[in-house]
Amino acid sequence: MSENVVVVKDFSKVYGTSAAVDGISFEVQRGEIFGLLGPNGAGKTTTMESLEGIRHPTSGSLNVLGVDPTRQPARLHNLIGVQLQSSSLPGSMTPLEAMEFFCAYHQLTPRYDLLERLGLGEKKNAQYSTLSAGQQRRLALTLAIAHNPPLVLLDEPTAGLDVSSRIELHDVMRELRASGTTIILATHDMAEAEKMADRVAILLKGKIAAMGSPTQLTATGSGLVKISVASETSCLAREDGVFPEVAQRFSKDEYMIYYSRDAGETVPAILDHLKAHGDHLVDLRVERPSLEDRFLEITQPEHSNGGQP
Amino acid sequence: MTAFFHHFMYDFRIGLREKSLLLMNYLFPLGFYVLMGLLMTGLNPTFAPTMTPAMILVAIMAGTLLGLPYPVIESRESGIFRSFKINGVPALSIVTIPILSSLVHIILVSAIISATAGPFFKAGVPVNWGYFVLILLLTAFTFASLGMLIGVISPNSRLIVLFSQAIFLPSMILGGLMIPSNMLPPAMYRISLLLPTSYAMNAWRGLAFGMEPTFNPWLALLILLASGVIAFVLAIYLFTWDSKNKLRGHNPLLALMVLIPYILGMIFLAS
Repeated sequence: MSENVVVVKDFSKVYGTSAAVDGISFEVQRGEIFGLLGPNGAGKTTTMESLEGIRHPTSGSLNVLGVDPTRQPARLHNLIGVQLQSSSLPGSMTPLEAMEFFCAYHQLTPRYDLLERLGLGEKKNAQYSTLSAGQQRRLALTLAIAHNPPLVLLDEPTAGLDVSSRIELHDVMRELRASGTTIILATHDMAEAEKMADRVAILLKGKIAAMGSPTQLTATGSGLVKISVASETSCLAREDGVFPEVAQRFSKDEYMIYYSRDAGETVPAILDHLKAHGDHLVDLRVERPSLEDRFLEITQPEHSNGGQP
Repeated sequence: MTAFFHHFMYDFRIGLREKSLLLMNYLFPLGFYVLMGLLMTGLNPTFAPTMTPAMILVAIMAGTLLGLPYPVIESRESGIFRSFKINGVPALSIVTIPILSSLVHIILVSAIISATAGPFFKAGVPVNWGYFVLILLLTAFTFASLGMLIGVISPNSRLIVLFSQAIFLPSMILGGLMIPSNMLPPAMYRISLLLPTSYAMNAWRGLAFGMEPTFNPWLALLILLASGVIAFVLAIYLFTWDSKNKLRGHNPLLALMVLIPYILGMIFLAS
């Protein structure tokens, strides 16, 4: 049986009269990557910062590695690694100094090897203000994991990063998971959550709207499969073909897009239609609903239309 | 202790590395000292005997009132304190260490001024170096605590300018630096007793330079000490990690308590 390292029960956080988080409950198991998803203002950062001991819950209980973040923040900060969404270091501090500074407070020998491993070796004596956004994020992650915490909380770790920096950070997260580290990942990036997270919770207006593995979540949606077809003469756009099991159809660029309840019925019918009209297939793509489609269904049901953008 | 030492050494280096802090800790006070040494000693004969403590007070005020508060507000607003908090840096270290590193910068500048003012500008030399150093340390602590308190309670840099200049400018004119307090008109003298520099200069004159003090110099030291301790305690009490997340949202008006020793001094010493 998996061990829960984070237990959140009926957690609420109210600012004035508005509830940023409204009675949510979830558990995070040891060694998993748990994604917190949601639109802006859904309560992701409030939840993360409460787990980190930065904010205090209005009601409910939080337990992180057996510690109450509200009552024992100092003990907690030696057990967890945190990369905050909005944080910084003094502009003139170098990565080397930052490593020595924070390791001293964690009563550790500085982990210079991590600076090298996360590609900051050449920049270890450069001032923080001269580092690129990607390097600053990598430094924040380096500092978060320098004391080998069993739990790492990452709030939008790849926001604003270029593709290669994003891939590097994902590799580090995979290495951490392989070494048994539990990760809670708050992100806007659905592809990142689908690729990295074992389970996700979708927050909406302070409540958990859906929770489960990305596969489970996408399976419990509308179930519509996206079929994109491009042909030489685009007869599908001209002809008003009616295909079985299609719930939605529209054209986008040179493609006709169909949302089908059963791709096994729809695809052969489309191919037959093309053949009958003397048209030739250029491209055919069949895609299962993505986490992003499911996310849109949950957070913007009026705009999702079964996955139509 | 190792962490505290690392933090202190880092903060001390920042005081030399950051251009704005280097200016306030060293360049401005030393430049002002040379200028005053060249100009004022010729223009005002009463200036030379107490030139050394007066220029040390300028250095103290520049480093603490004009230099120290800005990194506090910058660190709070840019999320640096949040990074510190989640890595286990205690609030006590964040408040205490800049005060201590300011003291070291002040001691270095004071040593330069003390060593050169006599030979170069014929400034008065202390008759009691022990008291001279004691008053220096106490005054520097009081001003550094005031500077930290200003940084802690100011919501933005404009208010830092307002609060700092509300002490700095009157102190330069009425605080006994350029002319002794007892030469001021009675109303001005009364106002000067609201300024920490008046007490520091009186203590230096009476205890370290063998001159006639305006009032009991030990009482002056007691008032300075009380004010410094109140400012230090209030800075810790009112400290917030993050202006958007005031877990410790105490009323900043409590900072006015730091005026109590000076108000009492004004009431009892001006008569």
